[in-house]
Amino acid sequence: MKRLVYLLPLVLFMGLAGYFLVALRPNHDVHELPSVMIDKPAPAFDLAGLGDPKPLALEALKGHPFVINFFASWCVPCRLEHPLLMRLSEQNHIPLYGIAYKDKPADSARLLANFGDPYRQVGIDQDGRVGLNFGVYGVPETYVIDSKGIIQKRFVGPLTAEAVDKELLPLLKKLGQS
Amino acid sequence: MITELGHFALILALFVALIQSIVPMIGAARRHVGWMAVGRSCALTGFALTALAMLSLMHAYVTSDFTVINVIENSHTDKPLLYKITGVWGNHEGSMLLWVFMLSLCAAAVAMFSDNLPPALRARVLAVQGMIAVGFLLFILLTSNPFLRTFPPAPDGNGLNPVLQDPGLAFHPPFLYLGYVGFSVAFAFAVAALIEGRVDAAWARWVRPWTLASWCALTIGIAMGSWWAYYTLGWGGWWFWDPVENASFMPWLVGTALIHSSIVVEKRDTLKSWTILLAIITFSLSLVGTFLVRSGVLTSVHAFATDPERGTFILLLLVAAIGGSLTLYAVRAPALKGGGLFAPISREGSLVLNNVLLSCGCATVFLGTLYPLFLDAMGGPKLSVGFPFFNRTFAPMMVPMIIAVGIGPMLAWKRGDLLGALQRLWVAYIATALVLLIAYYVTYGGPVLAVFGLGLAAWLGAAVLTEFADRVRLFRVPFGDSIRRAIHLPRSAYGMTFAHLGLAVSVAGFAASAYDKEAIEILKPGGTIAIAGYELTLEGVTRIPGPNYVADDAAIRVTRNGELVKVMHPERRFFPLQKQTTSETSIRTNFLTDLYVALGESDSEGNWTVRVYWKPLVPWIWIGCVIMAFGGVVSLSDRRWRVGAAARSPRRRGAEPLPAAGE
Amino acid sequence: MRRFVLAALFLLTAVAAHAVEPSERLADPALEARARVISSQLRCLVCQNESIDESGADLAHDIRMFVRERLTAGDTNAQAVQALVNRYGSFVLLKPPVEPATYVLWYGPPLLLGIGLVGTLVWLKRRQTTPAEAEPLSADEARRLDGLMRGTDV
Repeated sequence: MKRLVYLLPLVLFMGLAGYFLVALRPNHDVHELPSVMIDKPAPAFDLAGLGDPKPLALEALKGHPFVINFFASWCVPCRLEHPLLMRLSEQNHIPLYGIAYKDKPADSARLLANFGDPYRQVGIDQDGRVGLNFGVYGVPETYVIDSKGIIQKRFVGPLTAEAVDKELLPLLKKLGQS
Repeated sequence: MITELGHFALILALFVALIQSIVPMIGAARRHVGWMAVGRSCALTGFALTALAMLSLMHAYVTSDFTVINVIENSHTDKPLLYKITGVWGNHEGSMLLWVFMLSLCAAAVAMFSDNLPPALRARVLAVQGMIAVGFLLFILLTSNPFLRTFPPAPDGNGLNPVLQDPGLAFHPPFLYLGYVGFSVAFAFAVAALIEGRVDAAWARWVRPWTLASWCALTIGIAMGSWWAYYTLGWGGWWFWDPVENASFMPWLVGTALIHSSIVVEKRDTLKSWTILLAIITFSLSLVGTFLVRSGVLTSVHAFATDPERGTFILLLLVAAIGGSLTLYAVRAPALKGGGLFAPISREGSLVLNNVLLSCGCATVFLGTLYPLFLDAMGGPKLSVGFPFFNRTFAPMMVPMIIAVGIGPMLAWKRGDLLGALQRLWVAYIATALVLLIAYYVTYGGPVLAVFGLGLAAWLGAAVLTEFADRVRLFRVPFGDSIRRAIHLPRSAYGMTFAHLGLAVSVAGFAASAYDKEAIEILKPGGTIAIAGYELTLEGVTRIPGPNYVADDAAIRVTRNGELVKVMHPERRFFPLQKQTTSETSIRTNFLTDLYVALGESDSEGNWTVRVYWKPLVPWIWIGCVIMAFGGVVSLSDRRWRVGAAARSPRRRGAEPLPAAGE
Repeated sequence: MRRFVLAALFLLTAVAAHAVEPSERLADPALEARARVISSQLRCLVCQNESIDESGADLAHDIRMFVRERLTAGDTNAQAVQALVNRYGSFVLLKPPVEPATYVLWYGPPLLLGIGLVGTLVWLKRRQTTPAEAEPLSADEARRLDGLMRGTDV
């Protein structure tokens, strides 16, 4: 019995080491904050369109599943995912909408003019309030929303080809069928 | 060429460490004098080699050798020389090299200053240190090599983060690492003692100076980091309970407990297995801290490039070092027999209480730091554990400790007279009551907890002074006798008095931060801000070029009752290379209060945001830390620990037969 | 090592904006004071254990403004905080909520202290009653110890 007390530190440490091992597991980003908005209705928005007199409003988008991508011209990782967004819109023809988060409209427009415009429509969220309502804590972030306006999935950080092929596209397909 | 030399020296150091970890260990088991002696030469050689590696990396930085990837990533030709040198440890690879360099420095110090140690113990201690060195050298060479080259050379480097280009910060890591790594000596002593199966007063006496020295370095290191945060962040915060700070605070807490429990081992020949455990845990927490900071498992936004491979490697090191030593502990510690009995109310009893409270405090910090990680690993929700948690859990534990620190030293060994001690502390009650009343009156309507904190500090300070007066029998014997007694008090007694006094000073600083005042205004030149009786006038802002930045330097005239106090110059520095702006605050201190001014942004019409804070007693936080560390140094200078002191003993232990292991 | 964290923090806030800008302040001092209290309890999501009141990050600014708008619109403190928890989860709270998932966190420390104190007392009491199990020092050990103490003590 008395010897067990001396074993306690070792047992506690092994438990700790086990936790560390779990924390180190690959493909687990501890910095990623899971969204609490999943399975909840997307917050309503009605944003002025970029280079477009038509506003970007949630109500108008409902009826089909769609993807919203928060981006900004000042955001470096956004450039990283840009080619992928172009592919998504040009090859996969997904309903991709952009929200220019805390960005000057002229800068956003210049970005899209230089690198191509993957979005069906872009809304201007200059004060970042729509982003805040979505729980955006950094750009880029990408949301998949179903036809009823319920948030199904969030991607934090630049999209990767893997995430697009294995998660985003299958999810959209599933949402489109149901 | 020199870089390759350093690289080669580091590889060689690995092999030397390998020999150091095996040969003396076998030598000690077989009582082979020659094999045991290998430890010493290996430790010295290892130190020379890592020093060479360190110097050659510095050379690469100083000469801006842009064929070395590490230099490209972290240096720049325009950088001032000081930051070229300190930039060596401003990144993951270089700081790991500094870590290993400190480790070999400690091993060399043990090898040099251990003539009074039994050769077998010395051999085992050095062997354990060799093992740690092997682990970390492998880590550097396999995953974080700072000597890697690239061709063709880069035209110039990426520069060092401007925030790191600060003299206060430049010397923060060496102190911190010396503290962390210094605890490896106590760890090695503990493991060696477990192998030998004996812990006695002499062992405690050998370990104590190393623990004290590391503790002093860690105290200074933590204080420097906190002070840097204070004057850099632009609003005067000095502690955030973030995981990286906690990683340095936890070894400090347990190290403090270790210093105290080893006194009990030395004086009373008891608490042995507990002290051994503390020695293991202190260094283990340093290692865990390293893991947390560099593996990326914590939700912390730090600039160290984290990579899972490194994390896995450090985890393996942790399992080997901590798991191995705790296994040894589980097997061997039950055989360690404690001797001296003592009543709960006694000096030993108070030191045990200190240990319980400090250990629980450390466990609380540990839980607060790692709980979000645990919860995440279990698939639970993401949480933040910030200052409100620590204020509610850690702080209450420290209150009884601070009260006890005042009483403990008044108690006698074995069986103390609590009532007598409390009676002798009457001066402290009066002082505490006075401070409480004054603080309550002066800050009427302010935070009550702060008044309580100030009272606590007053209690501790007064109790420490009372204890000292009691020791020299002040006013009870002729004054001259008291002076004579004071002169003949051992240095370790002075060390304790200073360290405890330093704690009192720091506590006052913590408590008084509740009285901070702030004034944030947008000023045109000529505009004024009033705060705490001072009037600050923005006279103007001028643009001044710096070595690798451009500064907007504000001249702010501070007056009090119409009289000029000082013209303060807060700056905003723009570093074009990194496109970053840093804020250089200006602080005017009279050691009682700080007036803290930071320059904010400007608009196109020449308006500047100026932030002014008035912070009473805030300098005491760091003054207290310095006094604490000074107490440690004073205690360290006690003749009893002095290097080779025991060699004056007519009988040399080394010549005596060694007890068999595990008896 | 903290330096690296704080350094990175600055990387994220390269604009070096400061906490609480004067332009953000509400005209009503009572409302503004409430906003400051709330802000100091909310975590800046992209920083290191800093509250949004202290942080210069852009997101912190947005959340500060959000809180002030909610308060101006008549929210109670709790409602304003809840609105943020609804968006970001309890991660935004510097003080973790007391709920089953955090029982260990909140009740662990006092429990541990209790166990530590009681355990120590029991251990001390038991030692008092059982005769000393320590063997006396062997002659050799006593001699060594004696030599050490005498040769070096003051």
